[in-house]
Amino acid sequence: MHGATGLRAWAVQRLSAIYMAVFLLLVLGLFIFSPPADYTAWRELMGQTTVSVGLLLFYISVLIHAWVGVRDILIDYVQWQVIRLLLLALFGFMFVASGLWLLEVMLLARIN
Amino acid sequence: MPSQQKPVFLNLLQIRLPIAGIMSIIHRASGMLMVLLIPLSIYLLDLSLSNEPGFAAVGSLLHSTPGSSILFLLLWVLLHHLYSGVRYLLIDVEIGVERPAYRYTAWAVTLLAPLTALLLWGML
Repeated sequence: MHGATGLRAWAVQRLSAIYMAVFLLLVLGLFIFSPPADYTAWRELMGQTTVSVGLLLFYISVLIHAWVGVRDILIDYVQWQVIRLLLLALFGFMFVASGLWLLEVMLLARIN
Repeated sequence: MPSQQKPVFLNLLQIRLPIAGIMSIIHRASGMLMVLLIPLSIYLLDLSLSNEPGFAAVGSLLHSTPGSSILFLLLWVLLHHLYSGVRYLLIDVEIGVERPAYRYTAWAVTLLAPLTALLLWGML
Protein backbone atom coordinates (compact mmCIF):
# COMPACT_ATOMS: atom_id res chain seq x y z
CA MET A 1 0.00 0.00 0.00
CA HIS A 2 3.02 2.26 0.39
CA GLY A 3 3.13 2.67 -3.37
CA ALA A 4 0.15 4.99 -3.06
CA THR A 5 1.34 7.22 -0.26
CA GLY A 6 3.34 10.37 0.20
CA LEU A 7 5.05 12.18 -2.65
CA ARG A 8 4.38 9.47 -5.22
CA ALA A 9 0.62 9.52 -4.59
CA TRP A 10 0.70 13.31 -4.71
CA ALA A 11 2.45 13.28 -8.11
CA VAL A 12 0.27 10.49 -9.53
CA GLN A 13 -2.88 12.32 -8.44
CA ARG A 14 -1.83 15.46 -10.26
CA LEU A 15 -0.53 13.84 -13.44
CA SER A 16 -3.70 11.75 -13.83
CA ALA A 17 -5.80 14.86 -13.13
CA ILE A 18 -4.08 16.84 -15.87
CA TYR A 19 -4.53 14.04 -18.41
CA MET A 20 -8.23 13.66 -17.51
CA ALA A 21 -8.83 17.41 -17.71
CA VAL A 22 -7.28 17.67 -21.19
CA PHE A 23 -9.10 14.54 -22.41
CA LEU A 24 -12.45 15.77 -21.08
CA LEU A 25 -11.97 19.14 -22.75
CA LEU A 26 -11.37 17.43 -26.10
CA VAL A 27 -14.40 15.13 -25.63
CA LEU A 28 -16.60 18.05 -24.64
CA GLY A 29 -15.48 20.02 -27.71
CA LEU A 30 -16.21 17.03 -29.91
CA PHE A 31 -19.69 16.47 -28.46
CA ILE A 32 -20.60 20.15 -28.74
CA PHE A 33 -19.24 20.88 -32.23
CA SER A 34 -19.57 17.56 -34.06
CA PRO A 35 -21.52 14.97 -32.07
CA PRO A 36 -21.63 11.50 -33.71
CA ALA A 37 -24.85 11.52 -35.74
CA ASP A 38 -25.69 7.81 -35.69
CA TYR A 39 -24.52 4.36 -34.64
CA THR A 40 -22.16 3.98 -37.62
CA ALA A 41 -20.46 7.33 -36.93
CA TRP A 42 -20.15 6.44 -33.22
CA ARG A 43 -18.57 3.05 -34.02
CA GLU A 44 -16.22 4.64 -36.51
CA LEU A 45 -15.17 7.30 -34.00
CA MET A 46 -14.52 4.77 -31.24
CA GLY A 47 -12.71 2.50 -33.69
CA GLN A 48 -9.94 5.04 -34.29
CA THR A 49 -6.75 4.02 -32.51
CA THR A 50 -6.12 7.51 -31.11
CA VAL A 51 -9.64 7.58 -29.62
CA SER A 52 -9.65 4.06 -28.17
CA VAL A 53 -6.13 4.31 -26.73
CA GLY A 54 -6.96 7.81 -25.46
CA LEU A 55 -10.07 6.43 -23.75
CA LEU A 56 -8.18 3.49 -22.26
CA LEU A 57 -5.59 5.90 -20.86
CA PHE A 58 -8.43 8.06 -19.54
CA TYR A 59 -9.96 5.14 -17.63
CA ILE A 60 -6.54 4.07 -16.32
CA SER A 61 -6.12 7.66 -15.05
CA VAL A 62 -9.62 7.62 -13.54
CA LEU A 63 -8.99 4.33 -11.73
CA ILE A 64 -5.58 5.35 -10.34
CA HIS A 65 -6.90 8.78 -9.34
CA ALA A 66 -9.93 7.13 -7.73
CA TRP A 67 -7.74 4.69 -5.81
CA VAL A 68 -5.62 7.47 -4.28
CA GLY A 69 -8.73 9.55 -3.50
CA VAL A 70 -10.74 6.71 -1.99
CA ARG A 71 -7.74 5.69 0.07
CA ASP A 72 -7.40 9.22 1.48
CA ILE A 73 -11.12 9.33 2.33
CA LEU A 74 -11.10 5.90 4.02
CA ILE A 75 -8.02 6.77 6.08
CA ASP A 76 -9.70 9.99 7.25
CA TYR A 77 -13.16 8.68 8.05
CA VAL A 78 -12.93 4.94 8.74
CA GLN A 79 -11.00 4.53 11.96
CA TRP A 80 -11.66 0.83 12.47
CA GLN A 81 -8.75 -0.94 10.75
CA VAL A 82 -10.58 -4.12 9.76
CA ILE A 83 -13.43 -2.26 8.09
CA ARG A 84 -10.99 0.10 6.42
CA LEU A 85 -8.98 -2.76 4.93
CA LEU A 86 -12.14 -4.52 3.85
CA LEU A 87 -13.41 -1.40 2.07
CA LEU A 88 -10.01 -0.81 0.47
CA ALA A 89 -10.04 -4.37 -0.84
CA LEU A 90 -13.59 -3.95 -2.11
CA PHE A 91 -12.77 -0.73 -3.99
CA GLY A 92 -9.51 -2.22 -5.27
CA PHE A 93 -11.40 -5.21 -6.64
CA MET A 94 -14.00 -2.95 -8.22
CA PHE A 95 -11.32 -0.80 -9.88
CA VAL A 96 -9.38 -3.74 -11.33
CA ALA A 97 -12.61 -5.38 -12.52
CA SER A 98 -13.77 -2.11 -14.09
CA GLY A 99 -10.48 -1.68 -15.93
CA LEU A 100 -10.64 -5.23 -17.32
CA TRP A 101 -14.29 -4.80 -18.27
CA LEU A 102 -13.52 -1.62 -20.20
CA LEU A 103 -10.63 -3.37 -21.97
CA GLU A 104 -13.00 -6.18 -22.95
CA VAL A 105 -15.63 -3.73 -24.22
CA MET A 106 -13.08 -1.86 -26.34
CA LEU A 107 -11.53 -5.04 -27.76
CA LEU A 108 -14.91 -6.60 -28.58
CA ALA A 109 -16.01 -3.38 -30.27
CA ARG A 110 -12.91 -3.72 -32.49
CA ILE A 111 -13.52 -7.36 -33.40
CA ASN A 112 -17.28 -7.24 -33.98
CA MET B 1 -3.36 14.81 27.53
CA PRO B 2 -5.51 11.82 28.54
CA SER B 3 -8.21 11.05 26.03
CA GLN B 4 -11.05 12.05 28.38
CA GLN B 5 -9.75 15.62 28.59
CA LYS B 6 -9.58 16.27 24.83
CA PRO B 7 -11.68 19.29 23.95
CA VAL B 8 -14.60 17.99 21.94
CA PHE B 9 -16.85 20.31 19.99
CA LEU B 10 -19.09 18.47 17.64
CA ASN B 11 -22.25 20.51 17.41
CA LEU B 12 -22.43 20.45 13.62
CA LEU B 13 -25.05 23.21 13.58
CA GLN B 14 -22.71 25.58 15.39
CA ILE B 15 -19.53 24.85 13.43
CA ARG B 16 -19.33 27.50 10.73
CA LEU B 17 -17.23 25.98 8.02
CA PRO B 18 -15.44 28.50 5.77
CA ILE B 19 -16.30 28.38 2.06
CA ALA B 20 -13.01 26.63 1.23
CA GLY B 21 -14.02 23.87 3.65
CA ILE B 22 -17.43 23.49 2.05
CA MET B 23 -15.84 23.43 -1.40
CA SER B 24 -13.37 20.80 -0.20
CA ILE B 25 -16.12 18.56 1.18
CA ILE B 26 -18.01 18.79 -2.10
CA HIS B 27 -14.75 17.88 -3.89
CA ARG B 28 -14.56 14.69 -1.84
CA ALA B 29 -18.24 13.84 -2.04
CA SER B 30 -18.34 14.45 -5.80
CA GLY B 31 -15.26 12.26 -6.24
CA MET B 32 -16.84 9.44 -4.26
CA LEU B 33 -20.11 9.74 -6.21
CA MET B 34 -18.28 9.57 -9.54
CA VAL B 35 -16.26 6.55 -8.36
CA LEU B 36 -19.50 4.68 -7.70
CA LEU B 37 -20.70 5.53 -11.21
CA ILE B 38 -17.63 4.09 -13.00
CA PRO B 39 -19.30 0.69 -13.68
CA LEU B 40 -22.45 2.43 -14.99
CA SER B 41 -20.35 4.46 -17.43
CA ILE B 42 -18.72 1.30 -18.80
CA TYR B 43 -22.12 -0.41 -19.04
CA LEU B 44 -23.54 2.50 -21.07
CA LEU B 45 -20.45 2.58 -23.31
CA ASP B 46 -20.79 -1.17 -23.90
CA LEU B 47 -24.51 -0.84 -24.67
CA SER B 48 -23.97 2.07 -27.07
CA LEU B 49 -21.28 0.18 -28.99
CA SER B 50 -22.97 -3.23 -29.04
CA ASN B 51 -25.62 -2.65 -31.73
CA GLU B 52 -28.03 -0.16 -33.28
CA PRO B 53 -30.88 -0.65 -30.73
CA GLY B 54 -28.37 -0.38 -27.88
CA PHE B 55 -27.08 2.91 -29.26
CA ALA B 56 -30.66 4.20 -29.60
CA ALA B 57 -31.48 3.06 -26.05
CA VAL B 58 -28.56 5.03 -24.57
CA GLY B 59 -29.56 8.04 -26.68
CA SER B 60 -33.18 8.02 -25.53
CA LEU B 61 -32.10 7.42 -21.93
CA LEU B 62 -29.86 10.51 -22.01
CA HIS B 63 -32.63 12.57 -23.61
CA SER B 64 -35.44 11.44 -21.29
CA THR B 65 -36.47 13.86 -18.54
CA PRO B 66 -34.97 11.88 -15.63
CA GLY B 67 -31.85 10.94 -17.65
CA SER B 68 -31.31 14.50 -18.76
CA SER B 69 -31.79 15.86 -15.21
CA ILE B 70 -29.28 13.37 -13.84
CA LEU B 71 -26.90 14.35 -16.64
CA PHE B 72 -27.11 17.98 -15.50
CA LEU B 73 -26.38 17.03 -11.88
CA LEU B 74 -23.45 14.89 -13.05
CA LEU B 75 -22.06 17.77 -15.11
CA TRP B 76 -22.30 19.99 -12.03
CA VAL B 77 -20.55 17.40 -9.85
CA LEU B 78 -17.86 16.78 -12.47
CA LEU B 79 -17.20 20.48 -13.06
CA HIS B 80 -17.04 21.20 -9.32
CA HIS B 81 -14.47 18.42 -8.94
CA LEU B 82 -12.55 19.70 -11.99
CA TYR B 83 -12.53 23.38 -10.96
CA SER B 84 -11.61 22.70 -7.34
CA GLY B 85 -8.90 20.34 -8.66
CA VAL B 86 -7.48 23.12 -10.84
CA ARG B 87 -7.61 25.39 -7.77
CA TYR B 88 -5.57 22.82 -5.80
CA LEU B 89 -3.03 22.66 -8.65
CA LEU B 90 -2.72 26.45 -8.58
CA ILE B 91 -2.23 26.36 -4.81
CA ASP B 92 0.54 23.77 -5.41
CA VAL B 93 2.41 26.36 -7.47
CA GLU B 94 1.64 28.93 -4.76
CA ILE B 95 -1.07 30.83 -6.60
CA GLY B 96 -4.03 31.77 -4.39
CA VAL B 97 -2.56 30.49 -1.12
CA GLU B 98 -3.24 33.63 0.91
CA ARG B 99 -6.51 35.16 1.92
CA PRO B 100 -8.49 36.83 0.43
CA ALA B 101 -7.67 35.08 -2.90
CA TYR B 102 -8.07 31.70 -1.15
CA ARG B 103 -11.67 32.58 -0.29
CA TYR B 104 -12.54 34.23 -3.58
CA THR B 105 -11.36 31.24 -5.61
CA ALA B 106 -13.34 28.87 -3.37
CA TRP B 107 -16.47 30.96 -3.99
CA ALA B 108 -15.70 31.09 -7.71
CA VAL B 109 -15.41 27.28 -7.93
CA THR B 110 -18.60 26.67 -5.96
CA LEU B 111 -20.67 29.16 -7.98
CA LEU B 112 -19.16 28.68 -11.45
CA ALA B 113 -19.64 24.90 -11.38
CA PRO B 114 -23.47 24.93 -11.52
CA LEU B 115 -23.54 27.96 -13.86
CA THR B 116 -21.20 26.46 -16.45
CA ALA B 117 -22.88 23.06 -16.03
CA LEU B 118 -26.17 24.70 -17.01
CA LEU B 119 -24.51 26.39 -19.99
CA LEU B 120 -22.90 23.17 -21.26
CA TRP B 121 -26.06 21.20 -20.59
CA GLY B 122 -27.91 23.61 -22.86
CA MET B 123 -25.30 23.17 -25.59
CA LEU B 124 -25.22 19.36 -25.53
